[in-house]
Amino acid sequence: MSEIASHAAPPLPVVADKLKFYGLWVAAAVALVLLPWIFTSGGSLTTFSLIGISIIFALSYNILLGQTGMLSFGHAVYYGLGGFLAIHSINIISANKLPIPLPLVPLIGALTGLLFAALLGWVSTQRSGTAFAMISLGVAELIASSALILRTFFGGEAGISANRTKLLKLFGWNFGPQIQIYYLVAAWTLIAVIAMYALTRTPLGRMCNAVRDNPERVQFVGYNPHAVRYLAFCFSGFFAGIAGALAAINFEIANSAYLGAVQSGTVLFATYIGGVGFFIGPIVGAIFVTFLSLGLSDLTPVWQLYFGLIFIAVVVFAPGGITGLFMMHRSLLKAGTLTRVLPSYLVTLVPTLAMIAGLILSIETIVHFTENPGEDSHIKAFGVSFDAASPYIWALAAALLIGGFLVARKTWAFVGQAWDGATSVAREKGIAA
Amino acid sequence: MSAAIELRGVEKRFGEISIIKNINLSVAQGERHALIGPNGAGKSTTFNLISGYMAPSSGSVLLRGQEISGLPPYQINRRGLSRSFQVTNVFANMSVWENLRCAVLWSTGQRYAFWKNIDNLPEVRERTARILADINLTARRAVPAGLLTYAEQRALEIGITVAGGADVILLDEPTAGMSHAETERAVTLIRRLTEGRTLLIVEHDMSVVFGLADRISVLVYGQIIASGRPEEIRGNVKVREAYLGEEAA
Repeated sequence: MSEIASHAAPPLPVVADKLKFYGLWVAAAVALVLLPWIFTSGGSLTTFSLIGISIIFALSYNILLGQTGMLSFGHAVYYGLGGFLAIHSINIISANKLPIPLPLVPLIGALTGLLFAALLGWVSTQRSGTAFAMISLGVAELIASSALILRTFFGGEAGISANRTKLLKLFGWNFGPQIQIYYLVAAWTLIAVIAMYALTRTPLGRMCNAVRDNPERVQFVGYNPHAVRYLAFCFSGFFAGIAGALAAINFEIANSAYLGAVQSGTVLFATYIGGVGFFIGPIVGAIFVTFLSLGLSDLTPVWQLYFGLIFIAVVVFAPGGITGLFMMHRSLLKAGTLTRVLPSYLVTLVPTLAMIAGLILSIETIVHFTENPGEDSHIKAFGVSFDAASPYIWALAAALLIGGFLVARKTWAFVGQAWDGATSVAREKGIAA
Repeated sequence: MSAAIELRGVEKRFGEISIIKNINLSVAQGERHALIGPNGAGKSTTFNLISGYMAPSSGSVLLRGQEISGLPPYQINRRGLSRSFQVTNVFANMSVWENLRCAVLWSTGQRYAFWKNIDNLPEVRERTARILADINLTARRAVPAGLLTYAEQRALEIGITVAGGADVILLDEPTAGMSHAETERAVTLIRRLTEGRTLLIVEHDMSVVFGLADRISVLVYGQIIASGRPEEIRGNVKVREAYLGEEAA
């Protein structure tokens, strides 16, 4: 290394950095192993399995959206096809008694995702932006409708089921109990996350970012942006296939819902809500959205409405997602000015929560009268019982919603001032905000 | 020895309108050649035709004697021709260091590698650092390119253009919008970075043109009306009428 390079280049990681880095992954692995001992119920094991699958799927989606700047409306195609091939493989393997254990089946899903991404992606990746988004939507519709037409392969409405326990046993595990499936999912999640992280740190990964930022200029540094997008698309399909296969193994069934628009929409929500600008964003989003969809559906019949409202709120108020919100505060934390903004958050929390409570009360009342107007008006939402026909409740809802909004709006300005003050101090200390 | 860049009867039409009419231009290897002309003369279009951003309607573009017209920009770049843009065209969300590194990758043979750790490529690191030091942005290496000052962005623009080691460099108004002092620094930088390479530059600032160029071509209404050494151009009657006017007086 020359004189110039050693002072101009960013410092290479020292041993302490490397230990910290690898320590993080080891800690994650240990946490995954220990999790079932802390949360022992069967329900939480299922939840963790779903979260793991969702993490792989969301990260694979972010290879497109966050890393390469491609908005896909049909990512479930590769997830679903991975799932179907996994189910068929399990059936074929057990019928022919092939020496392939269950933990290798996700690899078949991955190769399926890769194959179809390679076939379908060449044309759609010619362009990014609207053209890519529209083609992805068209391909998704095509595959989703084929799933209902080609009944021998996709099984029609019922789908295809399989028995995962009939395969070659590995260390005496037949993968019947949920705990064994949890460990299978956890292992694949860790492998896939490490692989996708590593991908961001390669020449291809960096050129993906360059294509995202400025595909025109990429052409003038020797790279073909179409080739970069196509390779990113293939990788994305590969990892989506792993997620789909794990889902198929978890449920022992694959059906047309795997390929559908709802599945494609959910992964977009999860990735965006988590934050597309950071590697861990989709992980956060997958955890949040999985908990939300499991939790909300118990609390209210119109949980998808709230889901949509949360998505809109994130797009409008926090385009960096949940991760972006936290990262915004990192520079304040470094500058020691975080304490200046926290009180303003507490002040604004009360009226904002009041406003949200009023909104929920209004929504639930309206839902009651539009969905089942003839029934008993004493309803329960979010664990709270109230009489949807009572004028007092209507007045309360209106007062909370309007009053909350008017007060909250004042406090938001207060937050803005506190924020500006804290960031300018941080900037004076030379910490970029 | 064949010319670094040669345009033979190049024409570019948009529908009925001919923007470039029969350009013949030759830039010798190792020469610093300036392309001047009034606004709308077709200077940037000429750059677009040479760099592959557009294909000529007729005629041919040769790079070191080899036909390149009709090739996509990345293939022309891989043959050793690199251009900058009049409007700053960088990777705005990526740091200065990442910007320059992306510009170095192809020329060091990394291609689309997804099996190599980008921080573990000594040649890439060395060359990126060299360019970073050359354009004096070492202190700003971690800043996203979109947050740089205008002059810094222009320096980065030149840095990205030369980082791949191309021996034919096209610079499109590198000093546009700069103060006098910034222009002087930019010219010194350009002189240093294009040492031993072929340079074709579009520039409006005549002090830059006459200070830097070995030869000058004058483009008016899509045609080259004169080509020659600075003193020849200064004395050319047609050029004075069409363009230079009081600036040369």
